Amino acid sequence: MDYERSERSAGSLTLPTAIKILVAGGFGVGKTTLVGAVSETRPLRTEEVLTESGVGIDDLSGVEGKNTTTVAMDFGRITISDDLVLYLFGTPGQDRFWFVWDELALGALGAVVLADTRRLADCFPSIDYFEGRGTPFVVAVNCFEGSRRYKLDEVQAALNLDPDVPVLLCDARQRQSGKEVLITLLEHAMKAREARRSG
Amino acid sequence: MTVSGESAEERWVDDHAGPVVRPYAVTRGRARPVAGKFDLISLVTATRTEPGPEMGLGPEHLAIVGLCQRALSVAEVAAHLDLPVGTIRVLLGDLVARDMVRVREPYAVHGLPDDSVFEAVINGLRAL
Ligand SMILES: Nc1nc2c(ncn2[C@@H]2O[C@H](COP(=O)(O)OP(=O)(O)OP(=O)(O)O)[C@@H](O)[C@H]2O)c(=O)[nH]1
Ligand SMILES: [Mg+2]
Repeated sequence: MDYERSERSAGSLTLPTAIKILVAGGFGVGKTTLVGAVSETRPLRTEEVLTESGVGIDDLSGVEGKNTTTVAMDFGRITISDDLVLYLFGTPGQDRFWFVWDELALGALGAVVLADTRRLADCFPSIDYFEGRGTPFVVAVNCFEGSRRYKLDEVQAALNLDPDVPVLLCDARQRQSGKEVLITLLEHAMKAREARRSG
Repeated sequence: MTVSGESAEERWVDDHAGPVVRPYAVTRGRARPVAGKFDLISLVTATRTEPGPEMGLGPEHLAIVGLCQRALSVAEVAAHLDLPVGTIRVLLGDLVARDMVRVREPYAVHGLPDDSVFEAVINGLRAL
């Protein structure tokens, strides 16, 4: 078989670069819904197999006899241009798997913390995590029917957020709304970088 | 030729093996890639359209080459092949070692991108 023919000329092969944003929040708050609403395909799912001890991800050597756990992550893709692809990752369950969060958060542009005002405390661990890491984040209040409308500054106060952290309402099912959340996050992340540089 | 260079009779195929058997089998028992570190969002692009049959690769390797005719992340490859990410990393290592795919690491690896990248994403999202 003639490989030369099927091989692309290396020079013309421009490889795009990827970036990511995380979508976090409590159980059932709409993370996967938001990822799906703004992504170009339905949310995809990927799994990491972990040994029970939680020592390194992927280390399956000598795995026989050990219990393994599977951590699933939902994610979606938005192709920004030929050079740039944005991935959105829904974070897996909040109370375990922090080391998976560490892998996901590494190099993320920022995070969206989804909140449900009926269960506001559910997003505390996510907020604590991103504050602790210094990852820029916004809080998006997903407006489920039947949830009392809080004023955004009430939510801000209840969450004890730094006043710079944007808090906004959203409908995780709506693409337009999801886009606005992401744009707010990116603008906030840029400002946070600026502040860090000059401060 | 086998990918791993090990004998074809693989010891790990036994009745007591747990739920990781299939992924483990696909990599012939290897937990680590021979080449490369693959971030979840490292982008993989095939360097050719069709690998030859003599390359000694498994069907999963060939499926990756087929999928990566356009740039896909490691996570996407794993999702499409329905295999754990660790397994995909091993298979990608084999392909990188044969120069059958190119891998572009995300910005994260070299520190955060500059403002122009943020602006490009914002403009790209607005245009969606
Ligand atoms: N009414 C209403 N329902 C929503 C909204 N967002 C999500 N839902 C519904 O809420 C349920 C949970 O949404 P998911 O997107 O699966 O939530 P999740 O955060 O990914 O859930 P886990 O991954 O299980 O933690 C689904 O049935 C959604 O259809 C919303 O804005 N309004
Ligand atoms: Mg989900």
